[in-house]
Amino acid sequence: MSASAPSPARRWRLDDRTTAVVLMLPPALLLFTLFVILPLLDAGYYSLFKWNGYGAPSEFVGLDNYAQVLGHGIFWQSVRNSVIVLVVSIVVQMPLALLLALLVYRQTPTNAAFRLVFFLPYILAEIASGLIWSFVFDGNTGVAAGMFAALGMKPFFILADKDWAFFAITVVVVWKYFGFHMMIYIAALQGVPAEMIEAGKIEGAGRWQIVRHILIPQIKPALMVSGFFAVVGSLQLFDVVIPLTNGGPSNSTHTIVTYLYAFGLTRLKVGFGSAVGVILFLAAIVVAVAYQRTLNKEAAR
Amino acid sequence: MNFKHFRAAAFLAAFASTALALPAFADTAIKVLRSEPGNEGEKALYQQMVTAYEAEHPGIDVQFEYLSTEAFKQKLPTLLQSDARPDLFYSWGGGVLADQAAAGFLKDITADVATEWADRYSAAGVKAFTIDGKIVGAPINASEVVFWTNLDLAEKAGIDIAAIKTWDEFLAAVKKAKDAGVTPIVVGGKDKWPLHFYYGYLALREAGAKGFADAIAGEGDGFASAPFVKAGEDFKKLVDLAPFQPGFMDTTFEQASGMFGDGKGLFHLMGDWDYGSAKQASVSSKGIDDARMSVLRFPAVEGGAGAADDTFGGLNGWAVSSTASAEAIDFLKFVNSPENLAKGAAAGYYIPATKGTEAGITNPFFKAMSEHLAVSQYHQVFLDQALGADVGATFNDVSADLAQGGVTPQEAAKTIQDAWSMR
Repeated sequence: MSASAPSPARRWRLDDRTTAVVLMLPPALLLFTLFVILPLLDAGYYSLFKWNGYGAPSEFVGLDNYAQVLGHGIFWQSVRNSVIVLVVSIVVQMPLALLLALLVYRQTPTNAAFRLVFFLPYILAEIASGLIWSFVFDGNTGVAAGMFAALGMKPFFILADKDWAFFAITVVVVWKYFGFHMMIYIAALQGVPAEMIEAGKIEGAGRWQIVRHILIPQIKPALMVSGFFAVVGSLQLFDVVIPLTNGGPSNSTHTIVTYLYAFGLTRLKVGFGSAVGVILFLAAIVVAVAYQRTLNKEAAR
Repeated sequence: MNFKHFRAAAFLAAFASTALALPAFADTAIKVLRSEPGNEGEKALYQQMVTAYEAEHPGIDVQFEYLSTEAFKQKLPTLLQSDARPDLFYSWGGGVLADQAAAGFLKDITADVATEWADRYSAAGVKAFTIDGKIVGAPINASEVVFWTNLDLAEKAGIDIAAIKTWDEFLAAVKKAKDAGVTPIVVGGKDKWPLHFYYGYLALREAGAKGFADAIAGEGDGFASAPFVKAGEDFKKLVDLAPFQPGFMDTTFEQASGMFGDGKGLFHLMGDWDYGSAKQASVSSKGIDDARMSVLRFPAVEGGAGAADDTFGGLNGWAVSSTASAEAIDFLKFVNSPENLAKGAAAGYYIPATKGTEAGITNPFFKAMSEHLAVSQYHQVFLDQALGADVGATFNDVSADLAQGGVTPQEAAKTIQDAWSMR
């Protein structure tokens, strides 16, 4: 090599690492572009048109679709519903999952059986669980009806009630996903070094103090991750709502995605639906970035 | 690696696969897409027709595909734009068919079938599948929406069904039924379209053919004009009596149909297909005995511009897609021939849109409905189809809101007019 050769630090070498990158990056980038970036750009393009899904979009309306979406009362109702699911996920579902995780994280056969039972709802297909719960809530023949009868009350058709139907949906959401969060916490709890708990016990800490001062701070990363899943999942809630109420009595139980589906796709207003999709995407980005910022601030502390 | 053998093997595999694929190209495939009929028997009937046709025409392969109604409606726009589009597909006509024609997805078969269709089908039927003077399909059946009535419960409540001729008399009967402890009406509110029958029929009685034509043309206040508001008020009078079964907004059409078949309600406002579906969905699979069931035509509304024998219902049929082959059109002529339609009619699946079919129908209810349709001066197609997918869905939503007392009649009419003017 002559003296003018580039320094080793900057010389590009055909070693294993570069080969791996060159081989694996293009397929991943290709798939990501095809299935995420391109549809996103398409949606942005279609949202500027009034289009019924047939042929090519031809009626340019600019930001009209966005104005219609933002002025539609049912859209804001669906945003409200999505926020309700978000809050319930964080305030009800995560603590419940944490509590159960704390109860069953130790490796014993009984705990393994309980873990399986708690995780089962998550494995069930969303549409199937929605259908099952629609029968449970049925005021004539469902389990709920039996409960009301046992309490001596008249049957209450919760899924037919404009004010309470969404409450029923949040119950199903909590039931469906708490197992997933519980598993995350169990994995994290099992990773807490036994010495720390020993040390705590030696110091004379009680059960609750061990939980509060040792276990929870140790599993903070898991809490952050599961919180992120909860937030993103609540923005995307769709499959459970459709079999239960299909948007609900008088469009009162729509979430953003079911709103997009009902008012965009089934009514053949693809431009309108694309506008909703773009708005949802921007909301998701804002939430994700805000979440990461808070996470980083926490980590830096 | 031994590349020599690898290449030979790959070559052989490619050759074998093309060789195996060759026989498939010899058959012309005709793809037919239909929404799930309410009756398993209808599918069997189609299968018989397909077998008969394929026997007479070797080299033709007819494939029937069924999708549930909502899935069918949602998948169709995408399918029609792809190469997998069906040759023939089921259609409820109306604005949706017009949209498909405007987008160029339908074939103009006027030259091929005009005289034949004029001989075979009723004028209204052919008209329903003619867009801008071009025939784009063939009608199968016409349906009328009526009050299916349970005579046992009517007796229990002391109501004389035959005497109900006006809306006020109907309301009085509903009140009487409620006082007697009978659930006056079962309705599938969750699906919303069963509720739009009430509002739609009342609008038909109040506005009549001219009122609808004016509203569609955008004259005056359109759908927010006085007759439509009055129709909403008439509906409100019914809703205020709390006539529906408890939790009606959580009941699907199939469940309501089954409830009627189980004798849980006095009236069920539904089309002719409910005859079969109420039996099928009931607990006993037999529904109500024919002798203990009757059909009540939708009552007249005093002061309304519509005629008392205007009918509200469907005019369904096959639409021909733009790339349909000549063989597909030939199959359409066969499967929709008066003989084959008569078979469906005889089995009680539908009322065919063919000329002079009343003679061939044995079911007394269908016979009566067929006569109603024949004399009706104006047949309003289901509004959630006639007004197009968007305004149609709005009509359904508004009907559901009215049924729950969530909007005033003025607001309801205005919502529809806004949706219509912005479509």
